[in-house]
Amino acid sequence: MKSIMTGLVAGAALALTVTAASAQQGSTLAQVKQRGVLNCGANTGLAGFGVPDAQGNWSGLDVDYCRAVAAAIFDDPTKVRFVPLTAQARFTALQSGEVDILVRNSTWTMTRDTTLGITFVATNYYDGQGFMVRKSLGVTSALKLEGAQVCTQQGTTTELNLADFFRKNNLKYTPVTFATADETRSAYEAGRCDAFTTDASGLYSERLKLSKVDDHIILPEVISKEPLASAVRANGDTQWANIVKWTHYAMLNAEELGVSRANIAQSMQSTNPEIRRLLGVEAKLGEGLGLTNDWAARIIRHVGNYSESFERNIGAGSPLKISRSVNALWSNGGLQYAPPIR
Amino acid sequence: MQPAPETGKASLLYDPKIRGYVYQALLIGIVIYFGYQMVSNVSENLARQRIPFGLDFWDSQAGFDINQALFPYTAQSTYGEAFWVGLLNTLLVAAIGIVFATILGFLVGIARLSKNWIVAKAAMVYVEVIRNLPLLLQLLFWYKAVLEPLPRPRESISLVGGALLNNRGLYVPEPVFGPGAGLIGAAFLLAVFGSIAFYMWAKQQQAATGRIYPIGLVSLGALVGLPLVAFLATGGPISFNYPALGGLNVRGGITVYPEFIALLLGLTTYTAGFIAEVVRAGILAVSKGQWEAADSLGLPYGRTLNNVVVPQALRVIIPPLTSNYLNLTKNSSLAVVIGYPDLAQVFLGTVLNQTGRAIEIVGITMGVYLTISLLTSAFMNYYNKRMALVER
Repeated sequence: MKSIMTGLVAGAALALTVTAASAQQGSTLAQVKQRGVLNCGANTGLAGFGVPDAQGNWSGLDVDYCRAVAAAIFDDPTKVRFVPLTAQARFTALQSGEVDILVRNSTWTMTRDTTLGITFVATNYYDGQGFMVRKSLGVTSALKLEGAQVCTQQGTTTELNLADFFRKNNLKYTPVTFATADETRSAYEAGRCDAFTTDASGLYSERLKLSKVDDHIILPEVISKEPLASAVRANGDTQWANIVKWTHYAMLNAEELGVSRANIAQSMQSTNPEIRRLLGVEAKLGEGLGLTNDWAARIIRHVGNYSESFERNIGAGSPLKISRSVNALWSNGGLQYAPPIR
Repeated sequence: MQPAPETGKASLLYDPKIRGYVYQALLIGIVIYFGYQMVSNVSENLARQRIPFGLDFWDSQAGFDINQALFPYTAQSTYGEAFWVGLLNTLLVAAIGIVFATILGFLVGIARLSKNWIVAKAAMVYVEVIRNLPLLLQLLFWYKAVLEPLPRPRESISLVGGALLNNRGLYVPEPVFGPGAGLIGAAFLLAVFGSIAFYMWAKQQQAATGRIYPIGLVSLGALVGLPLVAFLATGGPISFNYPALGGLNVRGGITVYPEFIALLLGLTTYTAGFIAEVVRAGILAVSKGQWEAADSLGLPYGRTLNNVVVPQALRVIIPPLTSNYLNLTKNSSLAVVIGYPDLAQVFLGTVLNQTGRAIEIVGITMGVYLTISLLTSAFMNYYNKRMALVER
């Protein structure tokens, strides 16, 4: 219900905001600076990616991304207002200007990129869709799910891949769809469905919320490509898209160069020209973004490099214990590859 | 010199009629201006944000499946077809809900007036509890607390007639029609028309001669008897496909999903609580003299209720009953919380998200609910006019 309300409000906002129309003449960066806070579209609660704790402090890989953008602009990672969005409401919220940036484990697809009035910028997590079932079901492969009832979240790419997978393999199934991840998980836990499907990262995170974690297994098949990426409005504001894009690349380059939150002070003194350019000691690359030259140094000082954020939120330092695998740096055989900062 | 001719009219400024027109024109102007502003604002904002506008998505492939569809629908169907699936599901639950809520509401409303203390108090408790809890909570109660704890498919509860019940839904045997089954349908239709004709004839006879015919018995006999004769004559061409456990779930039969059952139960019991009060008020509005008159004629209680009180009570009942029907239809959109694929869930939820066409889809959805409500309202107004007391 809430998501529909958000949709309606966003629709009404599109229709009625005379003032917003005039305010949007300026660049997104100018608006954010004037407002003094970055509005970031976040998940309503996905452990490891974007979740508020009891005190309302947000944490997660996606949350760190937003904090990094805020750090680059304001030199203060707390100047972010997180707007929890359901899968249904997320794109409308970005379209209508309710949020400046959407980092909410959203899959980059061509349709979304070309028809929603939004543009995807940088993939901060390479994911793929999987299935979780009860061990007692005795199913070891997704191909044995003939006749299964599958719980999933509506309005997601997951829902579409699910239809494709069963059609491709000529299997019958019944979808049972819910508006939020919580409703979906609770229906699965109550036994409404045989299987629960979402992105593999989400499966690990949702599994932790089940009462008996060990009663459930994640099937080996990964049935889709899910590049989870940040998105901004497709309004021709390339400066803003560049800021969001290069924030992620700065974190990757920092990891590659061994610059971390721990050694940022020494790194500032480094003689390595690549590090000097990254941290703005040499060259004036930050100006091209409309920021200060130490923009990347601010990101690393406040948030850290990609590896630090990854391990802290979803990797070894978290309950999720997800390995880097395809999300490792290209130099380690992974897919995370950042263009050089020069 | 002649005086100026009397026009008999004051200045136009002081003519109330003219002033009225001016105000009306002003108001219309303001409304049109706001409408224009809204439309131009939307198109301007959409253009700036490069969001396409239009209904071209209607014929694109939807790509997602829906578990309950009243006509064949697959992931290769279009968004337009998904819209119809959602709309039909909404109408289905609303139509069945209205019938059940009316029946239950009338029963409870009459029970509240019963002379039996226990019956009256039980009806009162029902009404007070149901009416004073939010519908959303009741839907979650039916879905989470009543239907979810049902056993797993492998421990399904067997019901009479070969039906199975588990936490995935109610599985009822599906009739399979062999050759000659059409004759049974024809016999049934014949029985329906025959019963209506007999009803009209019997009413005429009663008006003319005062004789009362057993309409109920005759109609029941025809409705059951004629198809039964046809069934036996054609050699029993109807067989049943019984649901049975197969693979992970129950296979065969017709599945009624728990989401549908929960929504139907919730809407029915909730709306019945309100209808009961409407019915009670309607019956109490019939003056005591009418009861006494019927008593003095020696009419039994049931006949007094049926032929004297309820027809008069209906005049009071129908207008508020209409608004309860409208509420039930609109409340069916709460289906989103329990995952029943109605118009709101499928169209306003999934289709909106897959296409991103917020304005078009929200607009269409509002238009659809408005149309359903206005049609229901128009029909009930027509019925109310027919039922109204004709003053002479």
